[in-house]
Amino acid sequence: MIPVTHYIFLSLALLTIGVVGVLTRRNVIVILMSIELILNAVNINLVAFSRMFGSVHGQVFAIFIITDAAAEAAVGLGIIIALFRNRETVLADEMDILKW
Amino acid sequence: MAPMALQYGFFYFFAGLAIVCAILMVIGRNVVHSAVFLIGALLATAGIYLQLRAEFLFIVQIILYVGGIMVLFVFVIMLVNLDVAARQRQFSKQLWLALLLTIVLGGQLMFMARRDSPIFNGTVPPAALPPNTGEVATSLFQTYMLPFEIASIMLLVAMVGAVLMAKRRDA
Repeated sequence: MIPVTHYIFLSLALLTIGVVGVLTRRNVIVILMSIELILNAVNINLVAFSRMFGSVHGQVFAIFIITDAAAEAAVGLGIIIALFRNRETVLADEMDILKW
Repeated sequence: MAPMALQYGFFYFFAGLAIVCAILMVIGRNVVHSAVFLIGALLATAGIYLQLRAEFLFIVQIILYVGGIMVLFVFVIMLVNLDVAARQRQFSKQLWLALLLTIVLGGQLMFMARRDSPIFNGTVPPAALPPNTGEVATSLFQTYMLPFEIASIMLLVAMVGAVLMAKRRDA
């Protein structure tokens, strides 16, 4: 009978760490990994509420989020490869092609 | 049904493992170490799912996240030359501003979660849930049939997009 707030605070901690990673790191690969961590934090919430309400809808949503994370990782890593081919860097603040 | 102390022990073990691995992932200098710590955090989350009796999601998490997405990440780490980036500054110039904003965000969310609302005062029921993989399948293929098909199209688009991005322009 673990209170559901425990899961929410775990999810909150993972989300906050992920946001720190996205905002502060320069390496785009670590930024993508932090995004995966954020999506994972959302899934913990969904599964905890799914168990609390005794229905499986939250689990189905979590499956969709995992699908989305897979698609996002594939496209993101493709973009990283294309950027590395063009600019020879993986640092986010050196990618300034759109700046004028 | 496992006794209560065991439930708490399970939860706090996996929760602590997930948080420690996540922190080490964000502050690490070597990207391969970051990937390994992210795998640790994802496996710990899989443990949380198991503790919440979501067996199907537990196995999907391990097969798809750890076995699929993380292999993709490690593959790209091998393809991209990271030696130059590892020797440079790891955090961007807006580090302190970003940390401040994150603390504000975390404080807001914590304030919301601590409010006296009926949802947040609930507990995870102690009664053992029946094995619910079949229910997930029924829900996925009946109630959520349309989103399921849309997700498959999205995966196809993402696959084509990833191939197109990674392809050499002149080839």
